[in-house]
Amino acid sequence: MFKKVFPILFVLIFGLSACQPATQNQGSSENPRELTIMTHDSFSISAELVSKYEADHQVKLTFIQGGDAGSALNRLVLTSGENNMPEADVFYGLDNTFLSRGLEQDLFEPYQAENSDAIPENFKLDPENRVTPIDFGDVCINYDKAWFADNNLELPTSLKDLANPMYRNLLVVENPATSSPGLSFLMATIAEFGENGYLDFWQSLNDNGLTVVSDWETAYYTNFSGSSGKGPQPMVVSYASSPAAELIYAETELSESPTGSLVAPGMCWRQIEFAGILKNTANRDLAEDFIDFLLSRDFQEDMPMQMFVYPVLPEATLPEGFVRASQIPESVATLDSALIAERRDLWVNDWTNLILK
Amino acid sequence: MNLKRSKSLVWLLWLIPLAFLLVFFYQPLLAIFRQVFSERFSQGWQFISWPQITKPLGFTLWQALLSTFFTLLIGLPAAYLFARFDFPGRKTLRSISLLPFILPTVVVATAFNSLIGPKGWLNLILMNLFNLNNPPVNLLNSIPAIVLAHVFFNTSIVIRMVGNSLSRLNPHYDEAARVLNASPWQAFREVSLPLLLPSILGASLLVFLFDFTSFGVVLMLGGPQFATLEVEIYNQAMNRFNLPMAGLLSVVQLAFTLLITTIQNRLNKPRFGKAALSSETKTLKKPKTKWQRFFVVFMVIILIILFVSPILSLVSRSLVTFEAARGERGNVETGFTLRYYTELFKNTSGSIFYANPLAAIRNSLVYSLLTMLIATTLGLLTAYALYNSNKANRWLEPLFMLPLGASPVILGLGFLISFNQPPWTSGPYPILIPIAHSLIALPFVVRTILPALQSIPNSLREAASVMSAKPFRVFLEVDLPILLRAIIVSLAFSFTISLGEFGASSFLANARTPTIPVTIFRYLSHPGALNYGQALAMSTLLLITSALGSLLIEKIRLPGEELF
Repeated sequence: MFKKVFPILFVLIFGLSACQPATQNQGSSENPRELTIMTHDSFSISAELVSKYEADHQVKLTFIQGGDAGSALNRLVLTSGENNMPEADVFYGLDNTFLSRGLEQDLFEPYQAENSDAIPENFKLDPENRVTPIDFGDVCINYDKAWFADNNLELPTSLKDLANPMYRNLLVVENPATSSPGLSFLMATIAEFGENGYLDFWQSLNDNGLTVVSDWETAYYTNFSGSSGKGPQPMVVSYASSPAAELIYAETELSESPTGSLVAPGMCWRQIEFAGILKNTANRDLAEDFIDFLLSRDFQEDMPMQMFVYPVLPEATLPEGFVRASQIPESVATLDSALIAERRDLWVNDWTNLILK
Repeated sequence: MNLKRSKSLVWLLWLIPLAFLLVFFYQPLLAIFRQVFSERFSQGWQFISWPQITKPLGFTLWQALLSTFFTLLIGLPAAYLFARFDFPGRKTLRSISLLPFILPTVVVATAFNSLIGPKGWLNLILMNLFNLNNPPVNLLNSIPAIVLAHVFFNTSIVIRMVGNSLSRLNPHYDEAARVLNASPWQAFREVSLPLLLPSILGASLLVFLFDFTSFGVVLMLGGPQFATLEVEIYNQAMNRFNLPMAGLLSVVQLAFTLLITTIQNRLNKPRFGKAALSSETKTLKKPKTKWQRFFVVFMVIILIILFVSPILSLVSRSLVTFEAARGERGNVETGFTLRYYTELFKNTSGSIFYANPLAAIRNSLVYSLLTMLIATTLGLLTAYALYNSNKANRWLEPLFMLPLGASPVILGLGFLISFNQPPWTSGPYPILIPIAHSLIALPFVVRTILPALQSIPNSLREAASVMSAKPFRVFLEVDLPILLRAIIVSLAFSFTISLGEFGASSFLANARTPTIPVTIFRYLSHPGALNYGQALAMSTLLLITSALGSLLIEKIRLPGEELF
């Protein structure tokens, strides 16, 4: 009875199978060992680099994308009991707002990477080397260049400026309770105005027509006027590298990015991402090699175009499009990571009670 | 197959679906609860703050009731329209009405924005017409936006499930009542309504449960000031790492699902109305009276506004570029383009996770075919078990509805601790994904097949048995032809549920063999006009795949069915 339909479906499926690039099992040696890396779903790496690494080290790399950064960390915590074999050998993607949670849970084995001396000291937040800094990105406000030009409006030069009535109804931010750039921006305001002053600042932002949405996708593509979604607000909390992405992924070649970042001192928050070797791994030697690889020039120079983040290795050169459109803030807001761990929930709660109630 | 007398056979029917649920639903759920709560039992329960539970619960119930009401308001007349009237474009419109069901929420949010957002068509037209400076309609981030999106997503459930019963309802019954001097309203109330009630209640329940556990719609279209239980569970688990609180909230959500299902179960004492059967074509007629014509035109316009316009705006946006370069005023190009589609075939960054669109479609089809197979088989068995149920296993029914009320976040974490070893998660197509999809599809399948099963007149089977046909033969010759429409609707539902599902797929899929929704999210999570365009192009491909798939499924016919 299903005779008529199923042949068509099967032809479709097997026909489409032919379209798959042959990436699996190209290892020349018979049985290479396997290294499993758990990451979040923004992770990416070029296929070429993986093949080269696999051939050089006689190893097969498997990547598990465990959801967003929070989900991936949760996944690790839940599946790494004392009696469990860890699901992966290496974790890549712990950032500085989640760092202390990862360290408290005792997930990692210390390892000092080969060229860790080359990494600037301000990135190394764990003195015991349980995790190694790999990349960083700055959460800053992006603005719509054309909008500001058309309206002859000066750009804000400090967070405080945003509460000025001339910028009324112009800013959209993400909810820090549900979005990682939203949380970063909240941190920047706490660093700037202190634990006692940040709520007053947010109150003044709110009085000045602040828009809050749940996630980055909505903020950027639905609300921000500088993106292809062409929403109502010309300023959005995004990344300092977003203007570079607008340039590289433009429809036609542009001479400059349609958006820019506000990088005045104190306006941006730096997210640093770490990798670490997971406890009880059976492949400690392979994992060490892989951490060294993450700090190698090859990987550090591949990263910017894959994930739109910056390498921690100072000698890594950035792609041309990146240099042209993205600004690295000279001074960024910082907070002690132990303080973040202790107070984060309280800050987010207080913020929620003030802004969303 | 009337099994009322052989109890052991009924228990056998239960066995397979029950085992499936025990292993893949109850077991991981208990595992995660045990891990989450064991610490807390020793420390006491001071971590509970009641407003944190009652506040989201109240809002969740309220918005779900409101959304269900409006979904029925549009869905019931629409179901009647499709089941009774023949008009040009009927099949196309019916297929389109199923499409919202598969779209990832973020894509729907994008489509709605291009329609009713501050710079959407509606506001642009109104501003031009009345010379306004500011957009007059501001629907985003409000309760109406949540309700509208829920109606958009869920109306097809009512159309399919109630329509399926309606089209098998013999219109002669209605006419007979009219001949006996009943008013149209009386005829409807006394004859049609009691026969339709099981499917109406079943559809309402599913719609309500879907609205009750809504996550993406509330988060993206409702905005941050609204939090349902599900949003709060996600927030507690993933952002606060407060797993005990997330676990507790999900227990509350499960308890309410169980309560609602049980209430519905008690209300829905099916009268085994043996409505004589009629094949679908016979119930269809051209609108004749003035009222009928008005009804058809009115409903078609409503459905076009509700379903066709957001989808059209999405599809058209994937084919048109606006103001290519806002950085440079002089160089504006607007017009038709296929660039977003051709770019899909290029791995611009050389990423190892790149999948070309055909591979993504194939990955999705593999999962949805497996889901169709698993969900429909289990659903048929469950429906037969429920049909032949006695008091002892009648209370088992809500257990089959419970997966709809389970928080995907909590269940996902449960899956991780229960099935984190091969063979569950390994290989290019982890088997855990179609299993997760089947858990979602199963309640639909059961609710669709059961009413059809209840409508089969016993006399037909008895006649077949008298002629000493074997039970399996009775199934083939009597049940199957009658059930076929319901089975086809079930297949179409499980196909689309699996095709559009994002949560489990993103959590469990092999990163190198992503599904269509996963690739859509990958494009949308980066800035840049091309990424945005490609996300819309990929969404359009998802729509086309789903439309073709359900058209193919609806083509399934039994040999000689026309003769029936």
